[in-house]
Amino acid sequence: MNQTYALTAVAVVVVVTVLVGALGLRISRTTSDFYVASRTVGPRLNAAAISGEYLSAASFLGVAGLVLLQGPAMLWYPVGYTAGYVVLLALVAAPLRRSGAYTLPDFAEARLESQAVRRIAVLFVVGVGWLYLLPQLQGAGLTLEILTGAPHWVGGLVVAFVVSAAVAAGGMRSITFVQAFQYWLKLTALLVPAFFLLAAWAGDGAPRATFDAPAVFREHTSVTLAEDVRLSLDEPLTVTVTGQVDGRGYVAAPLTLAPGAHSVRAHARLEFAPDTPVPDTRAESGLGVSSWSEPLSGGRPEHRLYATYGLILATFLGTMGLPHVAVRFYTSPNGRAARRTTLVVLGLVGAFYLLPPVYGALGRIYAPELALTGDADAAVLVLPERMLGGLLGELLGALLAGGAFAAFLSTASGLTMAVAGVLHQDVLPARGVRSFRSAVLVAILVPLGGSVAATDVPVADAVGLAFAVSASSFCPLLVLGIWWRGLTPQGAVAGLVTGGGAALSAVLATRTGLAPAGWTHTLLAWPAVWSVPLGFLTMVAVSLATRSRIPAGTAATLARLHLPENVAVDRAWASPRRSEGEGTR
Amino acid sequence: MTAVCPALLAVLAVAGAVLLLGAGWAAGRWQARRGERAAGLDLGTPVERATFHTLHTASLAAPPLRAGLTEDAARKAARRLRSLLGTEALCLTDRESVLAWDGPGADHHERRAMARVAVMLESGRSQSVRTECQRPDCPLKWAVVAPLTGEDGMLGALVAYGSRESAVLVRAATEVARWVSVQLELSELDRSRTRLMEAEIKALRAQISPHFIFNSLAAIASFVRTDPEHARELLLEFADFTRYSFRRHGDFTTLAEELRSIQQYLALAGARFGDRLKVTLQVAPEVLPVALPFLCLQPLVENAVKHGLEDSTEECRITITAQDAGAEAVITVEDNGVGMDPALLRRILAGERGGSSSGIGLPNVDERIRQVYGDEYGPVIETGVGAGMKITIRIPKYRAGVHSSPSGHQPPHP
Repeated sequence: MNQTYALTAVAVVVVVTVLVGALGLRISRTTSDFYVASRTVGPRLNAAAISGEYLSAASFLGVAGLVLLQGPAMLWYPVGYTAGYVVLLALVAAPLRRSGAYTLPDFAEARLESQAVRRIAVLFVVGVGWLYLLPQLQGAGLTLEILTGAPHWVGGLVVAFVVSAAVAAGGMRSITFVQAFQYWLKLTALLVPAFFLLAAWAGDGAPRATFDAPAVFREHTSVTLAEDVRLSLDEPLTVTVTGQVDGRGYVAAPLTLAPGAHSVRAHARLEFAPDTPVPDTRAESGLGVSSWSEPLSGGRPEHRLYATYGLILATFLGTMGLPHVAVRFYTSPNGRAARRTTLVVLGLVGAFYLLPPVYGALGRIYAPELALTGDADAAVLVLPERMLGGLLGELLGALLAGGAFAAFLSTASGLTMAVAGVLHQDVLPARGVRSFRSAVLVAILVPLGGSVAATDVPVADAVGLAFAVSASSFCPLLVLGIWWRGLTPQGAVAGLVTGGGAALSAVLATRTGLAPAGWTHTLLAWPAVWSVPLGFLTMVAVSLATRSRIPAGTAATLARLHLPENVAVDRAWASPRRSEGEGTR
Repeated sequence: MTAVCPALLAVLAVAGAVLLLGAGWAAGRWQARRGERAAGLDLGTPVERATFHTLHTASLAAPPLRAGLTEDAARKAARRLRSLLGTEALCLTDRESVLAWDGPGADHHERRAMARVAVMLESGRSQSVRTECQRPDCPLKWAVVAPLTGEDGMLGALVAYGSRESAVLVRAATEVARWVSVQLELSELDRSRTRLMEAEIKALRAQISPHFIFNSLAAIASFVRTDPEHARELLLEFADFTRYSFRRHGDFTTLAEELRSIQQYLALAGARFGDRLKVTLQVAPEVLPVALPFLCLQPLVENAVKHGLEDSTEECRITITAQDAGAEAVITVEDNGVGMDPALLRRILAGERGGSSSGIGLPNVDERIRQVYGDEYGPVIETGVGAGMKITIRIPKYRAGVHSSPSGHQPPHP
């Protein structure tokens, strides 16, 4: 891939992002026209901003990578990412806006009138935000690594630097415009190349991707492995090897591997003849590649159904608790607008998710060796070069690289701002603009450190973990808080700590590789199935046990959450107006 | 393997030695400090220590009672009070029912306790009575019923149960009841202070100056013949502006509504001063829904107009910005007018000089914002004589109890 084009594209995305952030406000709102200036953010603009912030590296690169590896079963990911907004729309959007809360801890305090619940909620917001930031930074590292060969931590560093520099320079003043711009940029970056790729695919005779059988190398392919890999073969395989296989060194020697397991050392080059099936791989270094190739099974096919439900629950119920999503609803002028915004988000996000599976399927046909090297997330980036080649391929590849970087930038900046807002409000002692800047630094440096230290987990998978924690902690809090009068502060604390805490520890155990293999690993890697009900049950049970502690203002708060704003006003206005009218008659 | 083992052992041995040394050092320090404390600190005679203990227990019981005589407060306080009195059981009641019971016997004594409280409430004096409990194993043989009084008479009773009649218990229970009564009176004081503050906020709501009404009407009148359409528009602005300013409900509004009111104000002021008034707005749309105290920006703009126009003949530039800063919105109002001596400004804000033309609104806005958000959110004012004035206000996007109540009406013009 031509580095110059790709790097130029990335640089252009960064510069344009900063410029729109710094100048967008000036262009659009410096005016003496109050009517224009005091126009609130409309549902369409806000929805584009939410989508721009929401569609992260997991969507842009990860979904295609998983479809390449696993086939259509992975479509549950985009379905879940989108369907979360259905739940948000039906249960949460409008009441959350009417509560007047900016962050989720604000909501906890407004609803339960308790500082203790607020503090626990702060912990979870920061936890979920950092878990979600981690894969963004890792993904950025992967993208730059593929584009330039830079070490994997450089990309994360670049994203962290751009985000904190933009905030420190007082930029990102019109964050809504930036994020909305990023959505359309990402959509364009996927849509335009997709047309060209599909045309090339049709010109190629429209070969079918096979998902029930192993993928097949279409042409003579040579693969250089980045790490030690264990191949498990069902049939004999003939390859030309340069490097170490099963402990013996070869130099450009043809070799037929018998069925069974074979270990291949890093840096070995394998050359496959056309029509050879792509072998199954398993990393020797533990978790890494095994969950690459079988993300939903944890190594065993019989857990697939359980893992699928884990994914569905986490994504359906987790969206509402993502800090950067919740914060954006504050921008809507009222509850009705918040609901309409969510509806538009469903459309925008749904439209976007039609594209990554196309790339996944094409990748299965044209770049099957990515499954072998563990770089399936790169499928989107390498396809134009592979299928089209020449200047066109390079330009489209550059467009995709720019789009991918936009994905990291927008999600990372949204998350950083949300986490920094909470840190600034509740954790750091001093107030003021300078303390907000230091909060931004803390918010991005911790996950940056984590991204350098943590093991490689596929981007889409790592995001799933953040969803699971959010679904087990904030979903019970929001749903019960909005729809059940009986919730008490004690119940909320117990539910948050039990449900969210259990999911968080499971996730941490998985990420640090402490979980033993087998069922335990599956249970810990997909905690939502048991931790969400656990959170709900604990919250309900403890609330029922402490029924005398229901906050005094519950009835008033719930009325405010559920009544449209103008209804409340009409009631307040009704009596004076009528008496005035009678008085003048 | 054999080469690694001795090295590993050596490392382990060194680490163990270091740990042991550290532990020994820490233990020695601790011993020494304990010794110092025992020798150097006089804890007083047993009587004094008992007094300290009693005072400490009493101080623990005080905070819950400051919330008033509620079930929640009584439950928290009863436990402390019982350990203070050292009785078998203790109960706190209001005039109708038992609020909290600490200790055994709640099941069969609770109902009878209220009968005794009713008797005591009539006499108003503490009594010591036999419980006449039929159960042989029940230790609650005698009860002391003492009144809890507030500003408006008796609020309830404290009932202490003992196994035998004791003058000490009567005396102690009466004294504790009196102490509880003082806490309850303090809680009433707290509540009336909060009410006073609320009333103050209501009184502090900015008022339109009569001058502004006269001037606006005069300006509108001057257009009636020459430009009736413009006069009509101005009258509608005037109607909207006064409707917003006179509204009764809600102490809070949104930035968007406040800006609309400022626009109406500036339209009316512009009718009077013509092209000399130049306004620039820079508003981040994200902060428009922020809730803030009703009419807390409009007086600042009014000030800016006064400083810029009335005391000079030059062009007046007013810049209003609202920025998004994480969990806060930062709003500034800046003018290039005559400015003010900072010392004079300080005196005005401290209330030592009633603001004449120099700004009646400023101290009012300052005080209301401090009352709602706390002192750390007070407006920051940068000014000097002849140097204009810049007022910066930070408003948190969420604050418990701050809910905007929108007017729910749209301006009649497009």
